[in-house]
Amino acid sequence: MFEGWDAVVLARAQFAFTMSFHIVFPAFSIGLASYLAVLEALWLITKREVYINLFNYWLKIFAVAFGMGVVSGIVMSYQFGTNWSSFADKTGPVIGPMMAYEVLTAFFLEAGFLGVMLFGLSRVGPRLHFLATLMVAIGTLISAFWILSANSWMQTPTGHAVNADGQFVAADWLKVIFNPSFPYRLVHMVLAAYLTTSLVVGAVGAWHLLRDQHLAGARVMFSMAMWMATLVAPIQILAGDQHGLNTLEHQPAKVMAMEGHFQSHKDGAPLILFGWPDQKDAKVKYAIEVPKLSSLILKHSLDAPLAGLDTVPRENWPPVPITFWSFRIMVGLGFLIMGLGLFSLLMRWRGLLYQTPLLHRFAVLMGPAGFIAVLAGWITTETGRQPFTVYGLLRTTDSASPLAAPAVGSSLIAFIIVYFAVFIAGVIYILRLMAQPPHPGEQGPATNIPARAAGITPAAGAAVEGAR
Amino acid sequence: MIDLTTIWAFIIAFAVFVYVVMDGFDLGLGILFPLFPQKADRDVIMNTVAPVWDGNETWLVLGGGGMMAAFPLAYAVLMPALYTPMIAMLLGLVFRGVAFEFRWRTQKARNKWDLAFAGGSLVATLAQGIALGAILQGIHVEGRHYAGGWWDWLTPFSVLTGIALVIGYALLGATWLVMKTEGELRERAYQLSWILLVAMLCAIGAVSIATPFLAVQYTQRWFAWPNIILTAPVPIAVAAVTALLLRALGSKNDHQPFFLTLGLFALSYAGLGISMYPYIVPQSITIWQAAAPANSQIFMLVGVSILVPLILGYTAWAYWVFRGKVRPGHGYH
Repeated sequence: MFEGWDAVVLARAQFAFTMSFHIVFPAFSIGLASYLAVLEALWLITKREVYINLFNYWLKIFAVAFGMGVVSGIVMSYQFGTNWSSFADKTGPVIGPMMAYEVLTAFFLEAGFLGVMLFGLSRVGPRLHFLATLMVAIGTLISAFWILSANSWMQTPTGHAVNADGQFVAADWLKVIFNPSFPYRLVHMVLAAYLTTSLVVGAVGAWHLLRDQHLAGARVMFSMAMWMATLVAPIQILAGDQHGLNTLEHQPAKVMAMEGHFQSHKDGAPLILFGWPDQKDAKVKYAIEVPKLSSLILKHSLDAPLAGLDTVPRENWPPVPITFWSFRIMVGLGFLIMGLGLFSLLMRWRGLLYQTPLLHRFAVLMGPAGFIAVLAGWITTETGRQPFTVYGLLRTTDSASPLAAPAVGSSLIAFIIVYFAVFIAGVIYILRLMAQPPHPGEQGPATNIPARAAGITPAAGAAVEGAR
Repeated sequence: MIDLTTIWAFIIAFAVFVYVVMDGFDLGLGILFPLFPQKADRDVIMNTVAPVWDGNETWLVLGGGGMMAAFPLAYAVLMPALYTPMIAMLLGLVFRGVAFEFRWRTQKARNKWDLAFAGGSLVATLAQGIALGAILQGIHVEGRHYAGGWWDWLTPFSVLTGIALVIGYALLGATWLVMKTEGELRERAYQLSWILLVAMLCAIGAVSIATPFLAVQYTQRWFAWPNIILTAPVPIAVAAVTALLLRALGSKNDHQPFFLTLGLFALSYAGLGISMYPYIVPQSITIWQAAAPANSQIFMLVGVSILVPLILGYTAWAYWVFRGKVRPGHGYH
């Protein structure tokens, strides 16, 4: 099996597959950790029981999602070596320290305080427990900082030199870390994580409101989530626009692929709304386009000239159809999310936030939208940077391990089977937890151990009482 | 001569050792899981590590990430050479990692996740032991690349080290249970500790005898004059720790068996270091050949010297919070 296959293609498929599964969990846990910190803070300040109930409700879900993020993340950290050893050798001196800092400043912080956050409320008291929650939330953000810095360096490398062994080495660490695309990517991704989480929380709240409009927990989470969507979606669209302009400056070929601009336009490039990009014939078939709008968006002038892929050597073209379509999916969902936020704002203003089943159905439908948008966004930025791993400097084909196709192919199949078995089970457990409405006296993780439920049921309740 | 690269070799060795110390007992519990078929026992066993397992595995990420950063060439050569054991380890860790939460979330499939926990732990441990043996027996390197096939790692020696590690982790797990549990469960852990200790001593013996036959360098390192003055204390210390361990088990001490087993691990690990140093890929790449440029090493050294003590501090705190015996039905509350 796999004789005659290209080992590099299989390695890329493996990275894409394992990465797509992985990114969903951090995107969710970054947002959820912050949300949990907010809920616990609100509980400590207001002492309202609904907040600690919601905290415990989402904590159980967080525990399952976080576990899946950890195990799929360990796979990623070793994959650089197993499938991409040339990349590891050449970029290790630059990327390696950034990932080591991610482990030291973020992973340990999350893991060290996670146990206390999940199981320690009655052992350490509310204040120390809140500190643990805060540390986990901060850890997830620090993790995003380092990994996005490393990724951004691969997209827009600066501050490096090349040594005699052909390795990239850092000449200026500050320039390596704060490379040109990093601030934009960081803001865009963290906002995406927050939006993704708010959509999930909103969908769960809406789902329970459709059954019981008076359920206090459902009302609170729905309202909080809709505020988030209302406020952050427009900011995210603005941040995305800025990120795009930054990409135009540093990775023009990626933007050409996103826009489907095979040809250069001297006076005003059209915005191609939809169409079928044909890489071979170098044109977009069945294109529906708005004249000059692309120049207006990218250059802020109707008649500004825009270069196309015809100015780039063909061997440096990214795969246009994937980049083109994943970009449209992301942007389309972005506007739908903003629509949901505005709709909720209107209903809130009319005092009908909890009484509008249409809004609730829309919110339920939009529950997974954040995940899809995050995946589409990542596919856009990662395929758009092809055929390089370090943009313009190291080709993907020169990055792989010296492995035969059967080795890479077998491990790919193993990952596919295991990930589908394990993570689908995990998603089912999460959905099952979400299907339960939040109720007073909600317990934290692992409370369905029958022995404990009999013995210590009042633990969280007692903590609530104690805090009053 | 202590230079930056030597310091980094010790830091990576330290991270890997901390991983072995912390995840060793944790994987060992998984290996022992089939021997504790009752649900109540299994719940207690799980609860002894549930709050800390994630932190334990983070040391593995630090070992891997740190190696890529400080010795990128070694990372780039070793990972493809150990391809199959590495993938098997990662998949094993996936199964056992998710089992911690999943088994509480289902009644019907709990046994399935218990099996995933046990099987995943066993596979991950076996793979780590095999990887160790495969490194010791030497790796075919050409230029800056691994140049062997994708089954080179599989030899009688690597299988021996794989089994040895399974026994070792199981002993750590058993002595951990002696420390953390009570009653009948603790009694069973005691009995297992005796059997596993005997097995572990056989395993240490077998690996120690086999290693010098792998390469003449190992023989010289251990037995040539004057090295033997420096290496002889290791087997002597192993004998001493074993004697203490037997006494501690005999007197049914709570904490000593676990920490003395860690002592055995530390000595075996030191022996490994004596065999390998200064090679990071035995007989082909030294730590200096594999080292990242000084500015990468310095940049990370700053972080490591500030953050690792901090990490050890709050990790110790987390263990302190969940200290003491875990009782059935009480979980970690």
